[in-house]
Amino acid sequence: MSLDVTLQTDPGLILDDPVAEARRQIEVCNACRYCEGFCSVFPAITRDKVFADGDITQLANLCHNCRGCYYACQYTAPHEFDLNLPRALAAARVDSWERFAWPDGPARLFQARGEALAAALVAGFALMFAAIAALPGGGAGFYAWLSHGAMVAIFLPAFLLPLVAVAVGLRRYWNEVGGARVTWADLRDAVQSAGQMKNLSGGQGQGCNFEKGTRFSDARRHVHHAVMYGFLLCFAATSAGTILHYVFDMQAPYGFWSLPKLLGVPGGILLVAGCAGMLMLRSQADPALGAPGRSSGERGFIWLLGFAGLSGLALYAVRGTGLTGPLLALHLGAVLAFFLVTPYSKMAHGFYRFAALVREAQDKKART
Amino acid sequence: MTRTDPKYLTAETWDVVIVGGGNAALCAAIEAAEAGARVLILEGAPEAYRGGNSRHTRNFRCMHHGALGPLIETYDEDEFWQDLLRVTAGKTDEALARHAIRTSAECLPWMQAHGVRFQPSLAGTLSLDRTNAFFLGGGKALVNAYYLTAQDLGVTVAYDAQVRHVAIDGACATHLTATFGDDETLHDIKGRAFVLASGGFQADLDWLARAWGPAARNFLIRGTPYNRGVVLKDMVDQGAITVGDPTQCHAVAIDGRAPKFDGGIVTRLDCVPFSMVVNKNADRFYDEGEDVWPKRYAIWGRLVAAQPDQVAYSIIDSRAIDLFMPSVYPPISAGTIEELARKLGLPPEALCDTVAQFNAACRPGTFQPQQLDGVATEGLTPPKTNWARRIAEPPFYAYSLRPGVTFTYLGLKVDQSARATGPGGRYDNIWSAGEMMAGSILGQGYLAGFGMTIGTVFGRIAGQEAAAYVA
Repeated sequence: MSLDVTLQTDPGLILDDPVAEARRQIEVCNACRYCEGFCSVFPAITRDKVFADGDITQLANLCHNCRGCYYACQYTAPHEFDLNLPRALAAARVDSWERFAWPDGPARLFQARGEALAAALVAGFALMFAAIAALPGGGAGFYAWLSHGAMVAIFLPAFLLPLVAVAVGLRRYWNEVGGARVTWADLRDAVQSAGQMKNLSGGQGQGCNFEKGTRFSDARRHVHHAVMYGFLLCFAATSAGTILHYVFDMQAPYGFWSLPKLLGVPGGILLVAGCAGMLMLRSQADPALGAPGRSSGERGFIWLLGFAGLSGLALYAVRGTGLTGPLLALHLGAVLAFFLVTPYSKMAHGFYRFAALVREAQDKKART
Repeated sequence: MTRTDPKYLTAETWDVVIVGGGNAALCAAIEAAEAGARVLILEGAPEAYRGGNSRHTRNFRCMHHGALGPLIETYDEDEFWQDLLRVTAGKTDEALARHAIRTSAECLPWMQAHGVRFQPSLAGTLSLDRTNAFFLGGGKALVNAYYLTAQDLGVTVAYDAQVRHVAIDGACATHLTATFGDDETLHDIKGRAFVLASGGFQADLDWLARAWGPAARNFLIRGTPYNRGVVLKDMVDQGAITVGDPTQCHAVAIDGRAPKFDGGIVTRLDCVPFSMVVNKNADRFYDEGEDVWPKRYAIWGRLVAAQPDQVAYSIIDSRAIDLFMPSVYPPISAGTIEELARKLGLPPEALCDTVAQFNAACRPGTFQPQQLDGVATEGLTPPKTNWARRIAEPPFYAYSLRPGVTFTYLGLKVDQSARATGPGGRYDNIWSAGEMMAGSILGQGYLAGFGMTIGTVFGRIAGQEAAAYVA
């Protein structure tokens, strides 16, 4: 009696390599297919029989960690197949962000360690206090504390350099997953998926299993929407200010009924509420279904993002008082830290997820 | 509510006590609780393994006129009945079967109303979107939905609760004795009505071996390791009337490397029609091309069970590898038939001979994997009557096959109200549902998704009847 029993279903053999472990689990999923219908990952799995590293990377970045498949799975521990696809894909996903990051050292640090993000925040504060102390202000409102020229000198490179780093990472991603030339239709499809977070809908609008175990809930979709749209509104507010400044020669401070404030105040409120909600849901969710060893970095990032929003709102609230200077330093310090760690923190997931959705749109199109 | 403290469970007399925690048990619990009864579920498995074989199921067969939920077109009573007649070869109780078929249509909306979600349509290789509704996420998702519904209705669930004995006084059950967790202490659970829905005995290998002979020890059990037939045996010992052949079980041919228990769907192999199948002596023993795999799926369990050591090998070449659904284990591959034989532990010369004879008997024809193509061997015993194509293009691949037991046929005899029958006629307050009585309707063979139909129909009836009895 001789049967080959060296199987890829043996979890012990390859658990250490996140890509190999995700491949092992995906091959079980592909033989089962009960979960097709939850999200885009499962139809994508059924398109292949063998999975190259790039396929695993793509599937990992397409997964939104909604956990529907985990709670429906007949092969989770204590079953010997020991499937935990949300965790396996989260591990492969973080691994891909850390491999693609340029340079890669900071990614390994900031993805994993909340303390490192806290240190970056403190460094941001210190730099901004030093800048306010050392550089002369010039103008009204917060420009009285730090001139427009000084802000541009600090933030233009702090904004552009991380974008260059992200672009390098995305290029590496695109090569690994074998992406084709991007069309407007691909982008439109991806924007729709991201904008509605279709992959957190459970397939039929019932929501996901993130924080309530086998029960479905839309809470995570709602708080994630709050974070994403809050952030985009804040970004739009800053962009509006820049346009008003340079195009229309209208300088800060802006009144409440101005574009920067009409975008920024609700944006800030959404961002803060979203981050608070996200931290609350995370505290209820099972950590064994998330990325192993990255919880501290993930929580630290949410705190950083939430603090940037909160300090922005506070800065507006204390306008015209002596607290403007210190709060300006705190807010700009947080924003500076946020920008600089963007390619190396959880923020990177936004870019890679979007790329994965574009790739998925291409893949769907190619197969239909 | 989940309680495992025996002190709490033994303190009161429950309205309805349900033995088992799969689909039928949950349907009974929900119906009884909705009728106002205080319900206790005693699930023998730990919470992680709750749900019995329902965990591994995927769909529900349903009669319907016109589109119903995810189902398209019409699947009427007569067609359903003919399908059942064909697989059982007449070994069925027509009244019960027709009752299950008729009631199935009203079950689907009931399932949806109690949290079960269905896939809109099926993208896979089986085209069953007319006859079978597929659960979103599969059977465990269905089980989860029912447990949540039961919890919301105030049903109490005890896991790791093994019922050892149903205490019956005349025609009336008075209480159960059960153990909880690893503690062997017996506790009395008092109830006014009892629903027995704790499955067959396929996970009890000793019982299987008594029924089937020692070969059964080489069988794999596809489903839960917790269906050991403890309550079934207790009832049989007390003279309960049974149906179904005690020596038979439903077995399909699955990957020989599958786990001994609980391998579920991923261990199925769809390669047989495109392959040449040999036993451990490298001899062919049956027409692999008789029909497409889903239809001929069941007979191969029995065929492999009859071979020495209950093992067989399905051999294909590189042209066939992409013609069927991927399975969980990779094929064993080799550049030559001789090397493949060595890897499989088969006599190399014999396998080379068998392949050479097979190849020599293949005739030219238009190979059409999606239909019976009539491309047959000539002058070969046994013949291959369809998809007979030379095994000639390396690399060569092989899968090992073993019988995988899905369920046993022996069950309790019930009437249309799901009431079980004792030596002196119907019991007053014992109902049975699910796999434990499915042998009444499925005397042999199997119809995809019909187990869930029987479980849902008779589980609901048992719950309603038990609740009405105590009301």
